[in-house]
Amino acid sequence: MNVILRTERLQVEFKSREFRQSPKVALRGLDLEVNAGEVFGFLGPNGAGKTTTINVLLGFVQPTGGSASLFGIDVRQPIARQRIGYLPELTYYYKFLTAEELLRFYSRIFSLPRAEAERRIDAVLKLVELESARKRLIKTYSKGMQQRVGLAQALINNPDLLILDEPTSGLDPLGRMKVREIIHRLKNEGKTVFFSSHELGEVETDCDRVAIISEGELKAVGRVSDIMGRRASLEKAFLEIVGYQPQSAP
Amino acid sequence: MNNVFAVSGIVIKELYRRKDFYVLFILTIVICLVMASVNIYNDNQIIRYLKELCLLLIWVSSLVIAITTTARQIPAEREQRTLLPLLAKPLSRTQLIFGKFLGCWLACGLMLICFYVFFGALAASREHAWPLLNYFQAAFLHWMTLGVVIAFTLLGSLVFAAPSSNSTICFVIVAAILCVGRYLDVVALSRPEPVRSIIWAVYYAIPHLEIPFEMRNLIVHDWPLVDWKFIALDALYLLAYTAAFLVAACLVFRRKAVN
Repeated sequence: MNVILRTERLQVEFKSREFRQSPKVALRGLDLEVNAGEVFGFLGPNGAGKTTTINVLLGFVQPTGGSASLFGIDVRQPIARQRIGYLPELTYYYKFLTAEELLRFYSRIFSLPRAEAERRIDAVLKLVELESARKRLIKTYSKGMQQRVGLAQALINNPDLLILDEPTSGLDPLGRMKVREIIHRLKNEGKTVFFSSHELGEVETDCDRVAIISEGELKAVGRVSDIMGRRASLEKAFLEIVGYQPQSAP
Repeated sequence: MNNVFAVSGIVIKELYRRKDFYVLFILTIVICLVMASVNIYNDNQIIRYLKELCLLLIWVSSLVIAITTTARQIPAEREQRTLLPLLAKPLSRTQLIFGKFLGCWLACGLMLICFYVFFGALAASREHAWPLLNYFQAAFLHWMTLGVVIAFTLLGSLVFAAPSSNSTICFVIVAAILCVGRYLDVVALSRPEPVRSIIWAVYYAIPHLEIPFEMRNLIVHDWPLVDWKFIALDALYLLAYTAAFLVAACLVFRRKAVN
């Protein structure tokens, strides 16, 4: 298998601002491998280290130990980001631009030739169903449309790897369905998708493999069916793996 | 450079799609036209006062636009979280800082052209003369000064979290330099040590923006052109400060956590 995302013994510590407080360990020796063409779900409770892992992969946070690479290139080098697309959680894009102008701006950063950029803009706007609103200012968009324009910007360079941080967070059921449809289409096109989510139902149906982390440690990784084992749902498996103890009723 | 130009293009687009510039431009026009329509004390030389007032308004407006536009650039990217998808692309932090600077500086240059064209038209309506080279010298050094102010404000936006506090601090510092910067050496002489040395150090450390500011007199009082050698030297002096502030901004931003 062709591994395109790899972390080895990844360690991240954040210094505490409080006097004499020990540093907070966000990731403890995380080992991950994502293969080309798979949809990989990255799960964990809030504060488990999902966003920190993504921040390291994108070069936003420097690891205190271990290493991370994309396509075999160290993530600290900007060129490692040439073939990826990234959708952050809840981003509000430049209100004074239209979707078309926003995508043109991002395509310039990827140094796409003008004709190629225009072709990509048309293709991604069609994919996210924003063709009719392409000349409208982004400030007039609904939350779902903003999320789809986010997906469009993540796809503008026709990336081989998509990193999505809770892509359906805050969306209504219709918006979620549209985002999931897009992920399915990308999967069919052979793209690799790495996404974090709290929606275990959609992870169960959409992902080839999942990893579960808790308190910065990798607790489980494998195919969804393997992780579920004999449990009724991924949610039950997840709760058990992260050590959730249900409180008994009074 | 492609990335720097791409980022600067967005900044310019932001400036002309926001209302700040139009409000200040129209306000300047209205004040100057009202002043031009009245004839106080039947003074034939009233045009000088009018020119002085108009130039002062242009300076104030340009500083307001330069500082407020620059101060919100990086904090707005952080707050709206657009910094994340931007830096997730093959764009370095240095390119982002230079792009923001170039965008603000070019946008202010375009704004100055509008202001000085209006000023020229206003002066020509009374004096029937277009001393274009004098206007060019004044506007050029004005623009170079804005470069220093923009680079300084950009550095401030990485140090202070809120754009409002950064804007206020930058305004106070720039106003202090323009108003009292040139007198610090005189003040130092009247003080005992070690205060004298401290004031001397401040005097030599701050960028002296008063020379471009005083270029107003060149066009208010119809003085002859300044030697181009001095214009070039002053421009180099201002560019050196701009570069120093930009390098400092890049160093601060490199160490800053994005998330």
